[in-house]
Amino acid sequence: MTNRHPPVRDWATDFDHTDPGWVADPYPIWADLRQRCPVAHSDRYGGTWLPVTHELVSEVAYDTEHFTSRSIVVSERRPGPDDLPAPIGLSPPITSDPPYHGIVRKMLLPAFTPGPIAALEPFTRQLCRDLLAATEGRSALDAATDYAQHIPVRVIVRFLGFPQEDADIFRRFIRQVLEDVDQPADERRETLKELDAYMDAQIAEHIADPRDDLTSFLLGAEVGGEKLSIGHVRGTMILLMIAGIDTTWSAIGASLWHLARHPADRRRLAGDPALMDTAVEEFLRAYAPVTMARLVARDFDFHGHQLREGDWLLLPFPAANRDPGVFENPDVVQLDRASNRHAAFGLGRHRCLGSNLARMELRVALEEWLARYPDFELADPAAVTWSGGQVRGPRTLPVRIR
Amino acid sequence: MTPVTAGTFRVHVDPDRCQGHNRCYSVAPDLFDLDELGTSAEVGEGLVPADLVGHARLAVDNCPEHAISLTPVQP
Repeated sequence: MTNRHPPVRDWATDFDHTDPGWVADPYPIWADLRQRCPVAHSDRYGGTWLPVTHELVSEVAYDTEHFTSRSIVVSERRPGPDDLPAPIGLSPPITSDPPYHGIVRKMLLPAFTPGPIAALEPFTRQLCRDLLAATEGRSALDAATDYAQHIPVRVIVRFLGFPQEDADIFRRFIRQVLEDVDQPADERRETLKELDAYMDAQIAEHIADPRDDLTSFLLGAEVGGEKLSIGHVRGTMILLMIAGIDTTWSAIGASLWHLARHPADRRRLAGDPALMDTAVEEFLRAYAPVTMARLVARDFDFHGHQLREGDWLLLPFPAANRDPGVFENPDVVQLDRASNRHAAFGLGRHRCLGSNLARMELRVALEEWLARYPDFELADPAAVTWSGGQVRGPRTLPVRIR
Repeated sequence: MTPVTAGTFRVHVDPDRCQGHNRCYSVAPDLFDLDELGTSAEVGEGLVPADLVGHARLAVDNCPEHAISLTPVQP
């Protein structure tokens, strides 16, 4: 991403989650702030707060009185009068507050329980095998762009019932929505308009020709005896697409990045498939991709800080997962970590709707990769790049197959 | 049926805290059931067979919401 902001002067008073230092390695920044603050503030983006301990992150996640989910991506553009107001928000239910949030979430939950997700596993496994087969004979490949990147986008495209060949269009949209958060507000509005138009075309097609997919499910769903508005359906589809792609791509990529750098872990996991369950959870803990955000709902005192209505607050679940007060040796990846109450999928009522889907994709992606390439290493550690913004994962990950 | 003897444990999911992470169901599928929304509850009375006490502890230790309790039952 292009950085349009000046360098950060002091992380406690001037932090910026798009700063190259944060993008490259945020963990030492959070460790330092945990000692010094533990709630940092920045005037950037019109005023943003950052709690970094597990306790404070949990407190905010559970507090829907003082914090609204009306917007969950910090950018220069706050929700305005043209946007759907709380408690619905732009992309329900992630941008919704209670009690509306619970009503809409309940409608979606059945589609994401272990049963329906298991039904997507054969497709996912075959997809991983096909992607790996396409790398046959190569000794060097990019684990992010040749492999991890393609898995969640194609699974969600299938889940929503869109043409598989549109997967590339989605990847572009997602990069613009999630990473180019320091884009000027009017450019950002254009990007979102284009995304709306794509979704509207899909909705029209599914109304004309309903089928067995998530889009038709949404069009047929009722809340309080009434069909959802087209705007609501569109917002939820955009949410599922955005929330389901970059996030899981990042988790798969970060896990492969770890394995490329740790031969002992790589050999252990390749040799003992029974370790996969705890290993997946440990990768999710240590490399949790998603930092959420809230808007302050009204002026109040938060542990001695005067929060003002409309301030942003970054909710760094990845920082909570590295809190030494909760996790023993938090910066060490232990594939068999037995006690692991990590918050990679958030905490409280906004727990990631797609967590079962993400876990399935991550497990299958690692199983298939290790089955084909049990021995690999970083081709050039300096060439690895990470995404900026609120979803963190490797975007280029050149590896050498041995 | 699990006999209630010395050392028997009961596992319980607090339905107000469970947010459907499904970790308990993943590590101890014999002890937990999910409803159609993915919310977890203990199977039956929640009595834990002796050979599954370790699994019950794993469920407790992996619940991000601290929704699961494991308590001794008096015979």
